[in-house]
Amino acid sequence: MSIFFLSSGLFLGWSLGANDASNVFGTAVGSRMLKFRTAAIWCSIFIVLGAAVSGAGPSRTLGKLGSVNAIAGAFTVALAAAISVYLMTSARYPVSTSQAIVGAIIGWNLFSGSLTNYDSLTKIVMSWVVCPILAAGIAIILYKLVAWFIMRFKIHMFTLDTLTRYGLILVGAFGSYSLGANNIANVMGVFVSVSPFPDISIYGLFTLTSVQLLYLIGAMAIAFGVLTYSKRVMMTIGRGIMDLSPIAAFVVVLAHSIVLFLFASQRLESWLISWGLPPIPLVPVSSSQAIVGAIIGVGLLKGGRSIHWQMLGGIASSWIITPVIAAIISFISLFFMQNVFQQQTYRPVKYMLTPAAIEHIREAGESTKAIEELQGKMFPNAISFKKALSKRIKLPHKTLELIVTSAEICKMKITEDKIAKINTGWITLEQKDVLKKLIGRCFVHKWMLDEALAKESPHWRPKENDRSYNNDLKNKLSYLYDLFQEMN
Amino acid sequence: MEFHILKKKIGIEKQIDDFLDQVSEAGLLFKSGVDNFLKNRIESFQEKIQHIIETEHRGDFLRRGLEEMLYRQTLIPESRGDVLELLENMDSLLDRFKGALWRFDIERPEICGEFHDDFRELVECVVQAVEAIVLSARAFFKDITAVADHMHKVSYWETESDKISTRLQKAIFGREDLGLSHKMQLRDFTRHVDEIADVAEDVADRLSIYVIKRSL
Repeated sequence: MSIFFLSSGLFLGWSLGANDASNVFGTAVGSRMLKFRTAAIWCSIFIVLGAAVSGAGPSRTLGKLGSVNAIAGAFTVALAAAISVYLMTSARYPVSTSQAIVGAIIGWNLFSGSLTNYDSLTKIVMSWVVCPILAAGIAIILYKLVAWFIMRFKIHMFTLDTLTRYGLILVGAFGSYSLGANNIANVMGVFVSVSPFPDISIYGLFTLTSVQLLYLIGAMAIAFGVLTYSKRVMMTIGRGIMDLSPIAAFVVVLAHSIVLFLFASQRLESWLISWGLPPIPLVPVSSSQAIVGAIIGVGLLKGGRSIHWQMLGGIASSWIITPVIAAIISFISLFFMQNVFQQQTYRPVKYMLTPAAIEHIREAGESTKAIEELQGKMFPNAISFKKALSKRIKLPHKTLELIVTSAEICKMKITEDKIAKINTGWITLEQKDVLKKLIGRCFVHKWMLDEALAKESPHWRPKENDRSYNNDLKNKLSYLYDLFQEMN
Repeated sequence: MEFHILKKKIGIEKQIDDFLDQVSEAGLLFKSGVDNFLKNRIESFQEKIQHIIETEHRGDFLRRGLEEMLYRQTLIPESRGDVLELLENMDSLLDRFKGALWRFDIERPEICGEFHDDFRELVECVVQAVEAIVLSARAFFKDITAVADHMHKVSYWETESDKISTRLQKAIFGREDLGLSHKMQLRDFTRHVDEIADVAEDVADRLSIYVIKRSL
């Protein structure tokens, strides 16, 4: 059965490869600087490397699908995302796979009665607008710089040809590496718990753990997508929006990588902060949106006449359609999965305003007067809880979110045998020691565990101005909730 | 592997330079050949013909090699067609120099002394026009911004050669002591030489379009 569940992850990986490889090698292939076969081979190698070297870290095991709390649900959500990306790939449109996944998760949220995080929705919409504009701006500046450089140093046509070719391969290889590293968790992360593979020792030289093996297979699925079906979208990127010269092709990919690095890199942000420099604001960026924006930038610089606006209109609509269609497919398939195939697609999450939760909300500086009458009442899911709240009082979005997270029931018991299951490395030895102090204690809400841990030691406290550390801490806590949660 | 490929590229750059050298050299040989013919130094004239034939062979060999390399290694995909066309057009200039000199050898026209200066001037203008297009072509490969500096000279020399050609033809037909057939032969020679400058200007026109296509 677990092999069957894996299949949709592999399909998602294949779709991702077929669509997203165009972002890194589309312009190179479209401008005929690289043959499709050469590009596909480079891309596949670096995707597998990226997934295997940087992607399999424990902090990355929680992909986007991590919020889907039942394996059959995760299977369906991944399948819905994969189908929608596949449809867009067949239509030759470059779309964002992660947006398809978020769309499919929204379908699951609607089906399971969970609340949709509005942040992720605004992020998607913003990435449609902000990301192309940023990429276009950077591409224009970069193009001017490269043109100045070529004029200044009077580079021979053939030397320039060679340099551009190497540049395209280099930037493409980096792009493929990060494509593998960043997306393998989205493709395979959720299936780690059902991985059917045993650890494999290769001639006693090194051992591939079950997770590594799973990721390797996921990476191969992505690579297979690149090799078999990515040419269509590559041609859209490389020639469909406008005919790109090799220099423009290089500038576009570089601009796209710079946008991803500058505006999405938490490491860069932490580094800048550590040097006392003002951080670059993190904005939602997506690879497909960045590459299309960069092409538009170069096109506008050339007067805009060569841009095929009709194709661009098609691409823009495909961005909107992708998450919507993923949500619809997800919802419908979940219905069938649950009612026809009798699979549990979600674990119900209940909500109750316990006295502790009310106290917690009050401590956060919010008035609890209007909601106190709901104290002690159990709600079967987030939507019904939210409805009950909305009936009584109109709350701003942030307060509502605070109340809902405070009231979420997640019964956990800290036990020695479960702590023993934790591999140190990601969760540090000090952090594990703190956990041991809590053995035997039970928690009803997730925030209670957060508070208890933070109270015990600074190792479990968030740091100011260190988003990357705090996000990692959040991931670790999510891992603990899953580990210690009592199923009954 | 990287070093190998770079070396190959340097090879191409050198081959293109060599090829353009042949075109330029053909112009000089043509000039000196016509001069020898006018001075009736037939032995030196024959030498120049021999030399220009070799130059043309070398030019053809280099051009074929370049064309093959460009296609086999799929170099400069966006400008390959333009570069091939440019090389072929430059080669046609080389051929025309050789053809014109051959014609002098075959027909041995009797050119009256009073036309000698005009003939020399015409040849000088034509060679200058071709020299300017060779410089434009070199700039096209190395420094695209400098192409315009040379290209306007092609037009200048082409106009000059047109003026001389018209003047010369008028003078030829103004001579009453020459037979019509003689006049027509001299006119054809004048036109044949002048046409080389016209072709150079056509190449320049094509080149200006390649430049626009490659402009950053």
